[in-house]
Amino acid sequence: MAWNKHDYDGISGTYVFDGRRAHDSYALNKMFYSFNEESCRKEFDADPTAYCDKFKLTEAQKRLVLDQDFLGILRAGTNIYYMAKFAVPRGLTVQDAGAAFQGISTEAFKAKLLEKREGLVERLEKEGGYWNG
Amino acid sequence: MAKLIGGVTTSHIPAIGNAINDGLTQEHYWKRFFDGYGPVKQWLVEKQPDVLIVVYNDHGLNFFLDKVPTFAIGCADEYHNADEGWGLKPVAPFAGDAEFSWHLAESLIGQNFDMCTCQEMKVDHGFVNPLRVLFGDHERWPFKAIPLAVNTVQHPIPSARRCYNLGQGLGKAIASYPEDLKVVIVGTGGLSHQLQGERAGIIDVEYDLACIESVISNPDWLADQSNAEIIRKAGTEGVEVIMWLVMRGALNEKARVLHKHYHAPISNTGAGVLLLENC
Repeated sequence: MAWNKHDYDGISGTYVFDGRRAHDSYALNKMFYSFNEESCRKEFDADPTAYCDKFKLTEAQKRLVLDQDFLGILRAGTNIYYMAKFAVPRGLTVQDAGAAFQGISTEAFKAKLLEKREGLVERLEKEGGYWNG
Repeated sequence: MAKLIGGVTTSHIPAIGNAINDGLTQEHYWKRFFDGYGPVKQWLVEKQPDVLIVVYNDHGLNFFLDKVPTFAIGCADEYHNADEGWGLKPVAPFAGDAEFSWHLAESLIGQNFDMCTCQEMKVDHGFVNPLRVLFGDHERWPFKAIPLAVNTVQHPIPSARRCYNLGQGLGKAIASYPEDLKVVIVGTGGLSHQLQGERAGIIDVEYDLACIESVISNPDWLADQSNAEIIRKAGTEGVEVIMWLVMRGALNEKARVLHKHYHAPISNTGAGVLLLENC
């Protein structure tokens, strides 16, 4: 028994959601998927522990959910699209998650992204043929 | 005969829908991004396509991870948007074209593309946001739509080359449908972005522009790259750009570019818009 190795394993700071991660986080992702239904969101809110047990989360996974440790949930292999179903209604954006991974504030994370806009129009003019308003 | 008149590419991230909902499209942060769709919207008004085929990935609305089809095509009379977990009001349902869908499925499977056929298919932001940004909101959408979902979420995902080949098969399938239909294909997703891991937030403008040029005039450049190579440059979610190759493969080699637009950032993402007209 061994998990395959992949060309993408060596990309630093990058966790590709593949069979291994999907396998290990399946119960968490399944519970988050259920939150597409409002009735399930309400059932969770009424008794989070019981709801986690219903999906057979491990003790460690349950702890992450009850603590709303969003970064820990992602590190546990959960897919971000599924985690978002839990996190976004609780006020966490994907930019908050990205910032947390880097250990910087969301404002600093957004500012780094906005740097991409600097000189962009000039770059596109050099490239040629781009719409520029 | 059905005729594929053109192809469009666009990002599909949730922030686009949020900006529309919140009336922010003319705010400084968003204005340049949204204004760059103008010529595409004008072209669509002039051409009045009957059917839009939207190539996108599902983000956990219709498909859960218990069953993940590599390629899935909607074969229904109607497609519904639904709550993805954060309680947004769904947009109006989209009319499908079941006869055309089943023709496409038969043709593609006949060409050895093993499609998953879906007689019920909820469509998420990956499908909805491109149509909202191109057409505005409608209670009755002025076209029929066919969802074509590509797995870009749970690896193994199809290669860029396979996506390009699927597009080529789709082009043949469209051309062999006997009804007189004007068809437009929309390749959604990308460009560079990564949402998780310490590398979250990467946007590689140079790689994005190279992808745009490749999709216009040299699809082999992108199609020859492995998913690991694309992820290294464009990020784990940026690999969605392989869906642009489905769009490109469906068009003729000599399709000409009528409009290209690039903006960064929108949320965490580099965003490219292309309009290619078939010759």
